[in-house]
Amino acid sequence: MVKGYEVVIGLEVHAELNTESKIYCDCKNAFGLEVNTQVCPICMGMPGALPTLNEKVVDYAIKMGHALNCTINNVCKQDRKNYFYPDLPKAYQISQAEVPLCENGYLDILVDGEERRIGVTRIHIEEDAGKLLHSDKFDGSLVDLNRCGVPLIEIVSEPDMRSSAEAHAYLETIKSILQYLNISDCKMQEGSIRCDVNVSVHKPGEPLGTRSEMKNVNSFSAAVRGIDFEVNRQIKILEAGGEVIQETRRWDDTKGESLSMRSKEDAQDYRYFPEPDLLTIVIDKERIEKLKSEIPELPNKKLVRYVKKFGLSQKDASFISEDIEKSSLFDECVKDNPKLAKNVSNWILSDVAKYCNETGKKISDTKLNADKLLYIIKLISEGKISNSAGKTIFEIIIDNDKDIDEIIKEKSLAQVSDVSALEAIADEVIANNEKSVSDYKSGKTNALGYLVGQCMKASKGKANPGMMKEIILKKLEG
Amino acid sequence: MELYKKSAFELSQMLKNKQTSSVEITKSVFDRIDSVEEKVDSYVTLDKENALKKAEEVDKKIADGENLSPLAGIPIGIKDNISTKGLRTTCSSKMLENYVPPFNATVAEKINNAGMIITGKLNMDEFAMGSSTETSYFKKTKNPFDFERIPGGSSGGSAASVAAGEAVVSLGSDTGGSIRQPAAYCGVVGLKPTYGRVSRFGLVAFASSLDQIGPVGRTVKDVAMLQSVISGHDRYDATSANVEIPDFLTNLKSDVKGLKIGIPKEYFGDGIDNNVKDAVYNAVKVLDQNGATVEEISLPSTNYALSAYYIISSAEASSNLARYDGVKYGYRAKEFDSLIDMYEKTRSEGFGDEVKRRILLGTFVLSSGFFDAYYKKAKLVQRRVSVEFNEVFKDVDVICTPTVPSTAFKIGENIDNPLKMYATDICTVTINIAGLPAMSIPCGYDDKGLPIGLQLVGNKFCEQTLLNTANAYENIIGGFKSPLL
Repeated sequence: MVKGYEVVIGLEVHAELNTESKIYCDCKNAFGLEVNTQVCPICMGMPGALPTLNEKVVDYAIKMGHALNCTINNVCKQDRKNYFYPDLPKAYQISQAEVPLCENGYLDILVDGEERRIGVTRIHIEEDAGKLLHSDKFDGSLVDLNRCGVPLIEIVSEPDMRSSAEAHAYLETIKSILQYLNISDCKMQEGSIRCDVNVSVHKPGEPLGTRSEMKNVNSFSAAVRGIDFEVNRQIKILEAGGEVIQETRRWDDTKGESLSMRSKEDAQDYRYFPEPDLLTIVIDKERIEKLKSEIPELPNKKLVRYVKKFGLSQKDASFISEDIEKSSLFDECVKDNPKLAKNVSNWILSDVAKYCNETGKKISDTKLNADKLLYIIKLISEGKISNSAGKTIFEIIIDNDKDIDEIIKEKSLAQVSDVSALEAIADEVIANNEKSVSDYKSGKTNALGYLVGQCMKASKGKANPGMMKEIILKKLEG
Repeated sequence: MELYKKSAFELSQMLKNKQTSSVEITKSVFDRIDSVEEKVDSYVTLDKENALKKAEEVDKKIADGENLSPLAGIPIGIKDNISTKGLRTTCSSKMLENYVPPFNATVAEKINNAGMIITGKLNMDEFAMGSSTETSYFKKTKNPFDFERIPGGSSGGSAASVAAGEAVVSLGSDTGGSIRQPAAYCGVVGLKPTYGRVSRFGLVAFASSLDQIGPVGRTVKDVAMLQSVISGHDRYDATSANVEIPDFLTNLKSDVKGLKIGIPKEYFGDGIDNNVKDAVYNAVKVLDQNGATVEEISLPSTNYALSAYYIISSAEASSNLARYDGVKYGYRAKEFDSLIDMYEKTRSEGFGDEVKRRILLGTFVLSSGFFDAYYKKAKLVQRRVSVEFNEVFKDVDVICTPTVPSTAFKIGENIDNPLKMYATDICTVTINIAGLPAMSIPCGYDDKGLPIGLQLVGNKFCEQTLLNTANAYENIIGGFKSPLL
């Protein structure tokens, strides 16, 4: 609720699929290459060129359909969406109109510790368009057709979200699922996920308000800003006694405002009709089932499990669950050691994440695995090495196959936990620091820290600090 | 020796027996072009230099004893909507006046691989929309039987060039009769194969679900040979059928004993000229006398097919022709003050009236609020038509009808009356709607000496049955007549 209004949000997410080749031709599906080099007569829409469907696109879309609990339509067709624009060489986009590949699904998301179910209306396959470029040296627009024919899925939600935070959680969940399924690179800066936002507001108990559709939303944070702006704009209109009109608006993220593009009256008639150059898509049951069997446990399910079973905070749990490699490392570590969950999560959240951030590597690019991480954690908790020695070892093994025990030996990192050895150190330090001892006895308790520090120093850092402290204390009190 | 007059079959025998060379044949055809093209106007673009070069190469291969395709060395004209790499492909439109494709249509590739000699690109109605080749931006092709008359269309150049000896055989395309109707008007043999028999890749689309490339020749044998060359599944055309390619020539029979012929009464109604009716009935009688059985059949949905055809073909055309927007290739208006203005001027100036008429019609029938009433209903008619043919083909092997209701009309006679022009397609469009194979062969002449076409329609992928029937008829009557130029 914002200022006494209920907010209703629906999202259309376009995700580029990371298939090897484009959806209707043999061109490479790659980003960032020289303009107009990843093209052929088919994706350039030359006269007489015909599309043929890349079946991988269908497989990827079906996987997403399964992940979002959709019905898979085993018979569906492709349709032409007709409109003129210089980045659309055929002047129609091959998409799916009446019958999408997947429909009637849902997605469970976690918002403020509560699970919310968001309906998924449909997922359909379509081709991406090219891009218009502008140059100071040239008065006019330039067209890069490399992106033409890059496969897309469009995921349309029901208007089930009630706040920009929910929309954000939905988008993040969709993104991590796409990554889990390894069907999209999800690089926002490359435009591989884009979304259109539908927003309306109404007073509780009253019918739904008129919605506006916002285009050009290029990041999830922009979606939040756009929704918040749009909600406030609509409320302002209603409060002033005005009427919200159905229209398409364009989000300008630098200015932080949406601008009207066209009203409902100017809405384009896309004149959809069945694409006569392509056959009806017919998918047999076995294929659908096989794809279903390839779906891993999804991040939204993991998130709930991490919070409920291991007591992680939602923030920590979602950080680990949104990335398939972090979550597999976590899952493998805690499988037989559920009590270590917090400990493991701390390592992943701090040291592992830090290393990956700094180097730009993924966990799979490193030498780290669950066994090694668990071994370090166990050595620390058994007092065999100190925390800082653990970090030193971690830094070595993350890009090195060296044996941990060998590193400990080589660098003399083993912690001294032998009571008699520690007592000997304590005796020596107490004997050499009479002043501190008397300070402690006269009530200056911080002298204890100094004495423990001296012991650590004398042991060259290898003494078990906990045990050391206890022994000193015993000797001073005794 | 007038080599250009000979059939592809005869020429291929002569080449095999080293009685002539591909260069001699090609030169003879170009000499013929030099002497009659001025009157016939069947070519948009000639490619003499490359043709002769290719002919030399083929001759060398023959001399080297290479195993070549039977049609190697034979000159062929290609309709100007079939993409030929490096050779201008205009669709007889101002829009593509200077468009040179960077790739070959699959059929052009097959023609090249077979060692055939491409003479040039043949005139047609603009973007294959028309029944007279009068809508070409470049020229009006004349009927070799009477230069004051149209050759039919849209493959008017394909039929006229073969009739006039300017090509030994040719390729046309047929969306609603565009091979069969000009073949009938020009007294040659034309085959529209089953939809999916020949790859459409590289055929500039008019109506994707109806278009099909097919051969035109002066004899049934030539058409059979060329059909073998161009048939086959293509992984670049999703609608091409993965069926076996028969050797149509080797399998060619010349008797019709036991053949069951159906005569659909709906194709012999009031609109059909009496000369035409008589010639078609006579041809059927000839087949009957030679062992075929004839029965009357009924295809009741025929009356709705013409409307359904114009709705479906225009709908698809409006979308297929949207890519000619002045952005990437082809014509662009010289002056404009915005993107929309550029689109509007480019398309207004680049397309002719008939093309614009179809685009408008197609855009209308696909518009929201009209889609169900027109396009959807037309698709229902299409299904109904197919069901009726399926039923009929349980009983008969071949259906015989007139190809066109009348003989060739005069240039300019129907150009301002599109409905009358469209009505000439009444016998042919239904076949495209049903995706069936059909042929037109000459079956007589009217009182003015103009050729009349007999249409043979077969079940899906039964081209061989049509070729056999046509071949038998050709043998019985002792061959078809060429025009005197």
